[in-house]
Amino acid sequence: MITAVAVSGLAIRRGERLLFKDLGFRLEAGEALALTGANGSGKTSLLRAVAGLLRPVAGSIAFEGAADPDAARHEAVHLVGHADGLKGGRTALEELRFQAAWLGGGDHGVAEAIERLALGPLLDLEVRRLSAGQRRRLALARLVSAPRPLWLLDEPMAPLDAARRALLAELMRGHLAGGGLILAAVHDPLPIPAKAVEIAV
Amino acid sequence: MRPLIALIERELALGWGRGGGPLPALGFYAAITVLLPLAGGSDTGRLAPVAVGVAWMALALASLLSLERLFERDFEDGGLDLLMTGPAPLELVCAVKCLSQWITTGAPLALAAPVAAVMLGAPLEAAPLILACSLAGGLAFAFVGGIGAALALGSRRGGLLVAAIVLPLFSPPVIFGGAALQAGALGTGATGGLLLLLGWTLAAVGLSPLAMAAACRNAVG
Repeated sequence: MITAVAVSGLAIRRGERLLFKDLGFRLEAGEALALTGANGSGKTSLLRAVAGLLRPVAGSIAFEGAADPDAARHEAVHLVGHADGLKGGRTALEELRFQAAWLGGGDHGVAEAIERLALGPLLDLEVRRLSAGQRRRLALARLVSAPRPLWLLDEPMAPLDAARRALLAELMRGHLAGGGLILAAVHDPLPIPAKAVEIAV
Repeated sequence: MRPLIALIERELALGWGRGGGPLPALGFYAAITVLLPLAGGSDTGRLAPVAVGVAWMALALASLLSLERLFERDFEDGGLDLLMTGPAPLELVCAVKCLSQWITTGAPLALAAPVAAVMLGAPLEAAPLILACSLAGGLAFAFVGGIGAALALGSRRGGLLVAAIVLPLFSPPVIFGGAALQAGALGTGATGGLLLLLGWTLAAVGLSPLAMAAACRNAVG
């Protein structure tokens, strides 16, 4: 179990451009953190760095409480953003099942995700037929179907309607109550109590 | 095991479904073998000696064509991120993708190869050896080609890059398989060439995933 994520002195470069440097924050279990910043300031890159997908040029990202911080990183996080990895030609149910199985969840988790994200009417549709909001809910289903401690959410609310935002807010509250951690890149405030960090250029 | 089985199932389903599955590669293969007699004359006496070699070379080219986009879709749509946050090492993921590619495209091509060769005038007895070479060679092509596909990620004109990177790595198996097929045609024993081809295939299956995974990490990060 992760007790905290500590980021210090972080600098990330994309190509020739230094996105930010000396970024630091600390996120404890049961806390959410809203990451703000202008378009292109590096919010998505930061999330990907925390997920271990992108190597920062300086600084450290430590998962405290994890048995083996480096080995466990990929399997401790869920990264959900615009590029969700879902395949247009597959049905929502097929992709739902794949996400759950691949990320370590079970059939029970799939049923729970369908219920909690109101995915029932979408299951037989091809992913390419889904609207942006429907597709985002399908991607978010992995949060429920394969429980992991750290959620890295990139603009999670953006494509969702008011009712689905409430659904997601409820999921987030439940996750925090269970000792989970949430790091979300947002433009609008999160609908739950959260610390704030701004990436300044 | 469950995550890996889920991944294999998905890759196979995508491989069959994506853009007509093996059909584009098979179509390309058929085009080469049909156009050759049209372009070079249909005299059996001239075609028969090169039939086996042409069938073999066309297989390498058709494999190359189908490999170009092995990782591209996953790179662009976030699929690689999803695969990298799974429980299996990226090396294994890459191996699964290549294996699925071989099953969905390489194996159908391998089945087409003896048919094409016989059509061009090769003796019927050569068919089993062509099939064996095509199956083993196709597996090597799939894994070696995956290196090129992974290295070309994120670059423009990736197709050209894939061809440039992969061609030198395709040459040894083409030579070994070609030697086996020639020896088979002359009746001098194809075992040596076939064993060399199998050795290259094994090395490709064992080592390519390391290179592919490193290239994918580099492209993603």
